[in-house]
Amino acid sequence: MSLFSGGYQARQDRRRYLERTLSTVAAFGILFWLGINFLKSPSQFFQSSLIGLSNGVLYALIALGYTLVYGIIELINFAHGDLFMLSAVFSANFISIWFHKDSSGPAAWGVFLMCLLSVMIVAASMNVGIERFAYRRLRRAPKLAPLITAVGVSFVLQFIGLRWNGSGPKTWNSVLPAGKFTLAGVSIPFTTIFSFLITAPLLVLMTWIVTRTRQGKAMRATAQDQDAARLMGINVDRTISFTFALGGALAGAAGLLFQQTRGLTSYNLGYQLGLIAFTSAVMGGIGNLQGAVLGALLIGLIQGLNDGLPIGLGQQWSQTVVFSILILLMAFRPTGLLGKAVTEKV
Amino acid sequence: MKMRTKNSNAPKKGSSHKKWAIGFSIAAVVIWVFYTYIMYNLPDGPQTIFQNWLPPTTVNESLVWVICALGLNIVVGYAGLLDLGFVAFWAIGGYSAGWFMSAFFRQVNFHFLSPSDAAKQPGIHLTFWGVLIVGGIICAMFGIIIGAPTLRLKSDYLALVTLGFGEIIPQFFTNGENIGGFNLSNGTKGISPIDNVAVPGKILGPFDFSWKFSIFVFLTAVMVFVSLRLRKGRLGRAWLAIREDELAASMMGVPLMTTKLAAYAVGAFSGGVGGVAFATHVNGVFADRFNFSISIILLAMVVLGGMGNVWGVMVGALLLAWINSTGLPAFGDLVNNTFHTAINFPSYNFLLFGGALIFMMLFKREGLIPESRLKAILHEGDDTTSNVGGAH
Repeated sequence: MSLFSGGYQARQDRRRYLERTLSTVAAFGILFWLGINFLKSPSQFFQSSLIGLSNGVLYALIALGYTLVYGIIELINFAHGDLFMLSAVFSANFISIWFHKDSSGPAAWGVFLMCLLSVMIVAASMNVGIERFAYRRLRRAPKLAPLITAVGVSFVLQFIGLRWNGSGPKTWNSVLPAGKFTLAGVSIPFTTIFSFLITAPLLVLMTWIVTRTRQGKAMRATAQDQDAARLMGINVDRTISFTFALGGALAGAAGLLFQQTRGLTSYNLGYQLGLIAFTSAVMGGIGNLQGAVLGALLIGLIQGLNDGLPIGLGQQWSQTVVFSILILLMAFRPTGLLGKAVTEKV
Repeated sequence: MKMRTKNSNAPKKGSSHKKWAIGFSIAAVVIWVFYTYIMYNLPDGPQTIFQNWLPPTTVNESLVWVICALGLNIVVGYAGLLDLGFVAFWAIGGYSAGWFMSAFFRQVNFHFLSPSDAAKQPGIHLTFWGVLIVGGIICAMFGIIIGAPTLRLKSDYLALVTLGFGEIIPQFFTNGENIGGFNLSNGTKGISPIDNVAVPGKILGPFDFSWKFSIFVFLTAVMVFVSLRLRKGRLGRAWLAIREDELAASMMGVPLMTTKLAAYAVGAFSGGVGGVAFATHVNGVFADRFNFSISIILLAMVVLGGMGNVWGVMVGALLLAWINSTGLPAFGDLVNNTFHTAINFPSYNFLLFGGALIFMMLFKREGLIPESRLKAILHEGDDTTSNVGGAH
């Protein structure tokens, strides 16, 4: 009976012991699974990892929007995924319908860059608008209120997507150079290289803004304590708007990249990808920028491996795998991989 | 319209539980008499209007929504825990009906008080009333399983976990055709037909709306009774305390975990009951029906009607269920026929429900028929001079 009695300390120790054992077992299980798959077909292993990572880059762009907003006003912005979806639809229309570009070429690349700029601006202003009209009034309300509002905004954005894009998925031609090269049995499409090339500078720029600029300092201060930040002369409303703009711009870029690399848009895209991206943000430790990117790459990798490996659950279980990870993570490590535990302020 | 009379009668009687029982019964009997004896004897004109705008099948379906919404109300309205995956319980309840009331598991042959027409079929055949309880208990167990490890999380994380759960369960049923070689859910084809419900002296066919109406009304009445009684009791007061201030409640000696788990279990139980009822209503269970929008519509019902107020939630559920199933298409037909347009009204669903959630939250957070305590809390933060931080 001694195992089931004892005080708080003993319970904590037992819990920690259980967690350590479970995570060790899980880690060995995953390593074993990866190992046999690797031995079975190394090229397929690397191919799946590459697909997973290129998805992960997209998730990172979306996840940052979630983590930025959560970090500053503690709101799960359910509408963020749908903002990404609208950006994808906007990009498709911008490139293929307004500028009639459906094949690669210097002029089309110019349009692509123009589209990148405009979609980022449009998505940023939409996100700021949403914050201004829907969330700002509820900033001091109990948490349930803004959360439900965010779900409502998400539905309204999906409605816009439904009207704009139609009820079924639409396919589009990419203006990025097609083709691929093969490296040790792994074929690498140029579009993957492009998405890395576009994402990396954006991530660097974002990190620079948050950690090095005056505005970034204001953001961090507001995240820490809104009232204290206001007392220090920081314009809290403007700082929050700026955060939404930053997140929106990244979602815009993600929308364009998704549309160009997958060649597909659909009105319910944002819901699924948004959830996955949010899971990534949580995995890395919500509110933590590096964590969001790390979590996104990991989730992308896990998903890619699960979908592509010869011995795996396969694509139809993809969502289940991702959300099971989310639930397990919430149960055992709610602070995420890089997050720090905080005690409740009274 | 009949639904109106019911709605306007019921809320006023909410003060004492004898009064509400009388009001509720009168409304139910009036509707029952109307649909059983009067409607089919009306002249063609008015009868068509009723068939188009408020057919008996819509009334029954709305009652199923009411049962589920009342369950969600216990979780969201009473205990203040946001559940965005309530569809999972609906699905599990539906599949309980599929498993225990049909010829789906041909490998076994088990009958327990099943209707006489199912006696010769293989499979598991329990009585409808038994399945209601079994389905409810399975759901309650899942509610506890999902709640136990996650309830110590902050409220918004909890919402996310329930959302993930609401995604996993339907996908599990969609892919459930082959779980390690075992067909658990018949995949996208679904399980159909479900056993008929037996009542004394009769076996109800799929179109026996009047009898099913009485059964659903009875289930709704049980849910209302349970909700009202729980609210007044020790558990209900503990839920309200947690909803209002979790930290303070725990300092006052409210056991957070068990109280929250109880909310989850009771809510999930009624979700399961609603699922079983819905499966008998549509005579089958189909995986593709269970999607995120059901969770959101349920949430919209609770929010629109008034979180925490049983009558408000009932009004919200009847209203939105009617709009969703009949009202919007019928209104669309009317507009399109009158003005010779071709607007696809049901596609405005998203806008309608999303807009309803936003506007209710911005301008009338407490819902159409508010609960007085919740109204006070929800407007606590409106005082901008308050020095309480944004994080609650």
